[in-house]
Amino acid sequence: MAKFTNYMQRYWALYAMLLLPMAFFIIFRYWPMINMQIAFRQNNIILSIWEVPWATNPDGTTNIFANFQRMFAHPPFADAFRNTVMFSILDIAAGFPAPIILALLLNELKFRRFKRITQTVSYMPHFLSWIIISGLAIQLFAPDQGTVNVALYNEFGLGPIPFLNQNNPWIATVVGLGVWRSVGWNTIIYLAAITNVNPELYEAADMDGASRLRKMWHVTLPGIRPVIIILFILALGGVMAADFDRFLALRNPLVASVALVLPLYIFEWGITNWQFAMATAAGMVQNVINLGLVLGANFVVKRLGGDGLW
Amino acid sequence: MVRTVRKSRLKRATIGDWVIVVIMIGLILICILPVLSVVATSLSDPAAIMRRTVALLPRTEVQHVVDNVIVDREFPIGASLDAYRDILTDARFMRALGWTAILTFITTIAQLTMTVLCAYPLTYDHLKGRKIITFIIIFTMYFSAGLIPMYVLLDTIGLINNVMVLILPGLISVFLMIIMRKFFMGIPESLKESAEIDGAGPLMVLIKIYLPLSTPALATLGLMYAVGRWNGFTDALMFMPAAEMAHYRPIQLLLFHILQGMQGVDTTLDAGAAAAPGRTESVRAAAIVVAMLPILCVYPFLQRYFVAGVTLGAVKG
Repeated sequence: MAKFTNYMQRYWALYAMLLLPMAFFIIFRYWPMINMQIAFRQNNIILSIWEVPWATNPDGTTNIFANFQRMFAHPPFADAFRNTVMFSILDIAAGFPAPIILALLLNELKFRRFKRITQTVSYMPHFLSWIIISGLAIQLFAPDQGTVNVALYNEFGLGPIPFLNQNNPWIATVVGLGVWRSVGWNTIIYLAAITNVNPELYEAADMDGASRLRKMWHVTLPGIRPVIIILFILALGGVMAADFDRFLALRNPLVASVALVLPLYIFEWGITNWQFAMATAAGMVQNVINLGLVLGANFVVKRLGGDGLW
Repeated sequence: MVRTVRKSRLKRATIGDWVIVVIMIGLILICILPVLSVVATSLSDPAAIMRRTVALLPRTEVQHVVDNVIVDREFPIGASLDAYRDILTDARFMRALGWTAILTFITTIAQLTMTVLCAYPLTYDHLKGRKIITFIIIFTMYFSAGLIPMYVLLDTIGLINNVMVLILPGLISVFLMIIMRKFFMGIPESLKESAEIDGAGPLMVLIKIYLPLSTPALATLGLMYAVGRWNGFTDALMFMPAAEMAHYRPIQLLLFHILQGMQGVDTTLDAGAAAAPGRTESVRAAAIVVAMLPILCVYPFLQRYFVAGVTLGAVKG
């Protein structure tokens, strides 16, 4: 006991410092978790959530999963679910390898100053908001006055290409803009990992007469494998977490059917249409799947003998 | 000396090197050209935009008038600042710009303070309860309650349609807190120990030793937080819907409304649009340029800091 008092006398300040941050996490991160019970109660935006009766079937019998059943039967939810998964798969397919390839190329770049300039410029899109990027996209890809379509027409008599106003071209544009925004920034981690690769391995490969491409493939890439795996687990954890800003900014009425992703669904049905119970259920499904994917991927990686997140 | 070194490096460059250089030039162009195109539009005459003459260079309109009749029009390269004049004299736009700057400053200071307060105690290995506290914090990285439970919470504590909703719910980013903690951990323990022997408490050690040595990390985190606030708008969109809160909407939300063509009818932004077809295009472009300019001016100077910061966070643990 004396020991404890002594300890607290010396280090009470540390706990005092943690007071505000912990209050922040408890209020803004854990309190909402208690509010998740909304998903199991009747939709009611007036009563305090503890007073709202449990959700019921149409015949009036209590069924706490009624909101989930209603949601799964709600066609827009199915659309949003499908679109979210589709965009995530496309984003990972296009956006995950891109920075790895770019980092390998940057690493091979001999001219120091040029390399630094390239890096600085490639980080730039990361600092633009999706609103600004949507402005750029309209500027470039609008059917009549978009720079790309104007150039195609003036130079080649082609176009206009419906980058923004037909489903499939729009999907490609959105995925492309995602890669554009993140590719440079995401090289930072890989480049740092590359500098940690043991130089002796390159020397040994040189002795064996390995070409540059072979060294990239057999030395650099295996050297950064742990980082690649960790980032892949994190990417999997985001599969259900479509970026709200991105889809809100880039969507337009012509592509409404493919632009509806889960965060937009939750916003529109929850906040705009006051369907709190169903939107909370949708958010829960989304977040539980995400958590499951991270845990699952981490488990598999560890089973395979790799280093997981924990 | 420098010259000869560069020459020899050029000479030793193989075809492979040049292929990479060409790819990188392509990358640079892909990053820069969209921005250039918007700048060109913002500086162009509306008529030149309508005639689809603007690509990467701004163009103006020259009318050849004979007897008060326009007989010919040309669109030579040239700049007009009309769109910027419209934007920079628009009271609503300028107020949003100023407010967002103030908001970003206040928010960033608050976020840095909270992040340091959270990260620093966790650097003490012997801190009792450190494991459980860390778990409580890290768990929120992987699981969140979702939008509606958050909305209900904000409603309960009176933050809906309250300016503080733009500051409080994002005070600590767990990811950036981990970076901060890792940076603190890199400061030699001996400094802390010698200060403690001199009788300094934890707070003293933080202020006198850790903070002065942490400028790179603080600059990185400050930039990340500031960019997040400057570029953020969804909180204002969702949690401050009341018309009387319109004064407190950040610039990005105003820009969103402008781009969506939802602006009110009483501003010069629209008066400009009414004056000449194509005017909206140049005014929109100017609004985009003004909204992205502050960040684009700052980030290159902080590059060496944030590269260090991001890589610090990349190493797991």
